[in-house]
Amino acid sequence: MTIAAEAPSIAGLFASRRRRLTIGAALLAVVLALLAVVSLGSGAVKIAPADVVRVVTAWATGDREALAGRDALIILSIRVPRLVLGSLIGAALAVSGALMQGLFRNPLADPGLVGVSSGAALAAGFTIVLGDRIFGTVAAQLPFVLLPFGAFLGGLASTLILYAIATRHGRTSVAIMLLAGVALGAFAGALTGLLAFVSDDRQLRDLTFWSLGSLSGASWTKVATVTPLILPVLLAVPFLARGLNALLLGEAEAFHLGIPVQALKRAAILMVAVAVGASVASAGVIGFVGIVVPHLLRLLFGPDHRVLLPLAALLGAILLTGADLLARTLVAPAELPIGILTAAIGAPFFLWLLLRRDRTLDA
Amino acid sequence: MTTLLEADAVGVTYGRHRPVDGVSLALASGEVLVVVGPNGAGKTTLMKLLTGEVTPTSGQIRLDGEALATIPAWKLASQRAVMAQASRLAFPFTVAEVVRIGIDSVGRALARTARERIIAEALAAADIGHLAGRSYQTLSGGEQQRVQFARTFAQLKAGRTNTDRQVLFLDEPVANLDLSHQIALMESAARLAREGVAVIAVLHDLNLAATFADRILVMSAGRLHALGEPATVITRERVRDVFGVDLCREAEGGLPVVLPQHYAGMRLERGAA
Ligand SMILES: Nc1ncnc2c1ncn2[C@@H]1O[C@H](COP(=O)(O)OP(=O)(O)OP(=O)(O)O)[C@@H](O)[C@H]1O
Ligand SMILES: [Mg+2]
Repeated sequence: MTIAAEAPSIAGLFASRRRRLTIGAALLAVVLALLAVVSLGSGAVKIAPADVVRVVTAWATGDREALAGRDALIILSIRVPRLVLGSLIGAALAVSGALMQGLFRNPLADPGLVGVSSGAALAAGFTIVLGDRIFGTVAAQLPFVLLPFGAFLGGLASTLILYAIATRHGRTSVAIMLLAGVALGAFAGALTGLLAFVSDDRQLRDLTFWSLGSLSGASWTKVATVTPLILPVLLAVPFLARGLNALLLGEAEAFHLGIPVQALKRAAILMVAVAVGASVASAGVIGFVGIVVPHLLRLLFGPDHRVLLPLAALLGAILLTGADLLARTLVAPAELPIGILTAAIGAPFFLWLLLRRDRTLDA
Repeated sequence: MTTLLEADAVGVTYGRHRPVDGVSLALASGEVLVVVGPNGAGKTTLMKLLTGEVTPTSGQIRLDGEALATIPAWKLASQRAVMAQASRLAFPFTVAEVVRIGIDSVGRALARTARERIIAEALAAADIGHLAGRSYQTLSGGEQQRVQFARTFAQLKAGRTNTDRQVLFLDEPVANLDLSHQIALMESAARLAREGVAVIAVLHDLNLAATFADRILVMSAGRLHALGEPATVITRERVRDVFGVDLCREAEGGLPVVLPQHYAGMRLERGAA
């Protein structure tokens, strides 16, 4: 038989997965590091890469004397928090996209596209406007504690509604999912619009900020609020990889293969809601990261979630850091909302995906 | 031969529908049981009940002495493997990866070389070694079906480290296969049966059923219509009752060969012309 001839390709099966993960992770980590240096050096005050590296090294080694200058101040108190926040959110959105695509067994799912982000933004809007109404000035100090929680609940509710509508007898209909997502997004958008009527100027600015998405409000406080939400998700997500792989064969098949399907789905939905909620609360609605990143990675490294999920975190961080760099520099000294940029790149990409669709999308 | 799988008056209700009603059977280790019956007779639903995918609304199912509903999914996965009637895949996994996913959970404790050996064996059993590196989505219907067979085959082999008392469920495994691969797949299943695996397969081809089955179960309108050895079950009267087709039936070397009379008539006419 052909067993002998085929043995090498089977032997490569396990080795090649590890190799793809190692090569991919190393490559993306290098790109992210380079991008970080460029990004930390760019802005109203240009700082040379060597100085950026010097400041960051001094900071990392706790060398206080080297941190006295203006460059150090700009880098450490303005640009590093923004870089960290952008990377965290990019990673969160890309991983959420990959999770949702595995959950819905469809490469077109994306938290922005199917209304999860809009739901989170609506809840965040409610938290701001009604929080002010109910708690008065006390709440003005609170929002950043309440916001991620509100956004999380909004994201969770949207994901659950979407799943309940699109999935019947363990099968998810893509058409229904996308249409339900459009309706959910429009509904949340309309309610957010209504909120504008009852808000004051400051609240109105916040609402606009959420619907467009921006990293301009980045601060160490935001990083500190968002990290404990996003980091655990990023660390836990690889444990779902094996189950998500099996789930791609079908819900019944995954059960037959020994996967606790209900628990897996609950965990995935919860993680998406936490990650998207935290992202939206701190930077508003940033679309298309969740669809572009996993798709590129599948083309390069294959669909195995054990490779896909860790690499998605890295490439998501790269994509959003890169987009933020453009947002800050393209029309300097003004700044573009980053959501506009990701949509400008992501939407044509999505259309291209639809154009070259094959059997994969007809499920 | 000891009883592995036991169903006692199982039934399920979907709204006003009752696709399976009061079916009892006992499956021994090493036995091949073939389920036949018209479309919509409840064959797939019966399989779903027996695999634990659907919970019966009446009756009891026991697998290796334990109530099926109380066995956790991870343990069940090493006791039985299931090839469903239809399987689609929305992502471009290779054939080898699809088979590997079949043992990722069950074979977790196995050494890498052992897993590679199982995958190679499964690819050979389904005659898809030459397709190992191809994307599953680009395969033909019959090729995809053989990959699904390889996946269940591998799952059984990997589960063997935990138990050798296993059941293989095949729902219309040969529906898209050419003649030689129909026989090859059923032979692979029969080989597993000789190793002690209890095999339960849904087939539409009565000749194939009679050839490979130790016993045949005839389903009709959700009920067990007959259960017994091929020669006693596949009779002219029963096929007329259940399928509404008149048969020419000739015993050749003890096996019933069934041919719808309609066809036989057409052949005679053509021969005369
Ligand atoms: N989830 C469900 N809800 C309602 N009715 C169902 C459901 N699943 C199956 N049925 C009905 O139960 C009956 C038996 O279906 P089943 O799939 O078991 O038939 P089958 O014998 O496998 O047919 P086939 O030979 O076409 O595969 C059919 O009438 C079908 O419409
Ligand atoms: Mg069926």
